[in-house]
Amino acid sequence: MRSLEELKALKAKAEKELALREDTSRPVITVHMGTCGIANGARTVLNAILSELQTRNLTDVHVTQTGCPGMCHYEPLVTVTESGKNPFIYGKVTPENVKKIIVQHIINGQPVTEWLVNLEK
Amino acid sequence: MEFYRSHVLVCTGTGCTSSDSRLLLSELTKELKANGLEKEIQVIETGCFGFCNLGPIMVVYPEGVFYCRVNQEDIKEVVQEHFIKGRPVERLLYREPGAEVHTQEFDDIEFFKHQKRVALANCGLINPEKIEEYIARDGYFALAKVLHEMTPQEVIDEIKNSGLRGRGGGGFPTGLKWQFAANAKGDQKYVVCNADEGDPGAFMDRSILEGDPHAVLEAMAIAGYAIGANQGFIYVRAEYPIAVERLQLAIEQARNLGLLGKDIFGMGFDFDVEIRLGAGAFVCGEETALLTSVEGKRGEPRPRPPFPANSGLWEKPTIVNNVETFANVTRIIRYGADWFASMGTEKSKGTKVFALAGKIENTGLIEVPMGTTLRTIIYDIGGGILNGKKFKAAQTGGPSGGCIPAELIDTPIDYDNLTAVGAMMGSGGLIVMDEDTCMVDIARFFLEFTQDESCGKCPPCRIGTKRMLEILTKITDGKGTPEDLENLETLAKTIKSASLCALGQTAPNPVLSTLKFFRKEYEAHIFDKKCPAGVCNALLSYKIVPDKCRGCSLCARNCPVNAISGKVKEPYVIDAEKCIKCGACMDKCKFGAILKG
Repeated sequence: MRSLEELKALKAKAEKELALREDTSRPVITVHMGTCGIANGARTVLNAILSELQTRNLTDVHVTQTGCPGMCHYEPLVTVTESGKNPFIYGKVTPENVKKIIVQHIINGQPVTEWLVNLEK
Repeated sequence: MEFYRSHVLVCTGTGCTSSDSRLLLSELTKELKANGLEKEIQVIETGCFGFCNLGPIMVVYPEGVFYCRVNQEDIKEVVQEHFIKGRPVERLLYREPGAEVHTQEFDDIEFFKHQKRVALANCGLINPEKIEEYIARDGYFALAKVLHEMTPQEVIDEIKNSGLRGRGGGGFPTGLKWQFAANAKGDQKYVVCNADEGDPGAFMDRSILEGDPHAVLEAMAIAGYAIGANQGFIYVRAEYPIAVERLQLAIEQARNLGLLGKDIFGMGFDFDVEIRLGAGAFVCGEETALLTSVEGKRGEPRPRPPFPANSGLWEKPTIVNNVETFANVTRIIRYGADWFASMGTEKSKGTKVFALAGKIENTGLIEVPMGTTLRTIIYDIGGGILNGKKFKAAQTGGPSGGCIPAELIDTPIDYDNLTAVGAMMGSGGLIVMDEDTCMVDIARFFLEFTQDESCGKCPPCRIGTKRMLEILTKITDGKGTPEDLENLETLAKTIKSASLCALGQTAPNPVLSTLKFFRKEYEAHIFDKKCPAGVCNALLSYKIVPDKCRGCSLCARNCPVNAISGKVKEPYVIDAEKCIKCGACMDKCKFGAILKG
């Protein structure tokens, strides 16, 4: 270690890897993975989300899974939750849709309204 | 950088390792791979969470789900349910005693709620084998701060102002110790970390070394800068293999990044650390014996003064600080002396780690602000006494400490209050005893330990502890005589005042404090030939109550020496001559017909 700057740079890099374990107010993307979701391709959607987040280096976005919320006809479903806000639920998500959801909603804060299934609420 | 959606932390501290967390770990890795999840879910080995009786412990992030007592066989279900379908496995979650529902997230668990983690801040939360994780949580920034912004004297003043006192037992002000060493003349000085944790039941130092080794290394470098030393030694017990391994790895990683070695941060300060293994002699936890042992000689204490600060390792000025003390130093520099001094009582600042053991629900490692009452520790954090029994006393300070009786349960725990009641902070072992514990037997147990561990150099300790043990054994064997109590007290006073080192000076404490608070129990043993708690075998006899006995013959069939006889469906009888008082009959009797007393 030759300087404080070097330590700071190392910290910034290491912090990103640890962000997952810290409390954060950043969005949580929940993929609904009940039997119906998995049968409709939720797994490929999940993988697409992970690779998109990795490409864009968004380490503070949490990805979790949950069961079927009951709208099986809309599967695969993906919910985006930000603390203090109502959740946004996307229906019939495909791996191709993922990029737009992440860029427009997660990064720019504009939900992709045409794909939402809970818009009227 | 690999991108993972989930981190699974598995405790591989000594506690969880002994409940087979390694098997769980390999099964988890295998199962994740089989399901193609190894690139999504990262498995991380971590240090002790402190909740050792629930081990092996596993925490899943980002949710923070706390799983306990996870077996190898449970892993398939966890992977299928939690990692694939996102449903935490309910039956493996923690449940508060008496609660109907499981507690999912670990911040919500009572055991953790009342704690304040300073020395243990990183334990269980980071991977101790990756220096990057320590750095991510501000590691080595305290060292950077002292080298860039502070003079050695300012560092010493900061530690003095924080009010930090030695966590290894004595409670000597750390800043003052550093000041003496800094003032001492000499071109070569040393920083020594005392990791020779020897009190039976205490394991906080081991947990810090296993869970956060860099915190100790960083603090040693800070101490080196403060007193003008460039070499450190960690004296650690060879019986702590995981701690030794992780320390070694941590030293190598720090050297590779230039955080130990020559010209750290380009500020012209050199510091390096080496490990010395102790062979397990209790006396080597005493600082002068420890230093002698580091020098490669037989670990025997020597008289003080001269104190190590003036003449220590190879007769050079040396500071010896305990592991937990060092772990606090890093945080004091990082967050300031005022922050640290805001916790605790007037003369005992900060927090203290206690190893909870004995007849208590939640055994494990806890950290609370100084001044927390015994009641909070035992009932709120510890979950109360096992099997709903009555609390009788708590033993603090291990073999050098004493007992705090139930009537003093609301005493705020700090150095001075413990000394005032005849106990001692010691390294922080806290053994909880219930109504079934015999205090004479406890005193005998500790004396047996110190007598065995006495190095034999000075006669008061060598001969005195032996004589005390003989008297105590005599009392528990039912052969006590009235003058025994007086003799015990005289011996205790002589040993305390004449012994060379702290081992002997404190060895009589368990006897003195039990004599002070539980004298009646000693008297019952001597005069009535009774052990009120029903522990001392020689003073016990087992009897069958004829009215309750149904004559089922179960006791007779389980008696290993055939001391019970009788006819089926008629009351049985125990032959006191043959009975070896093993208690097997009492455990087996379904009607509560067997009494001991």
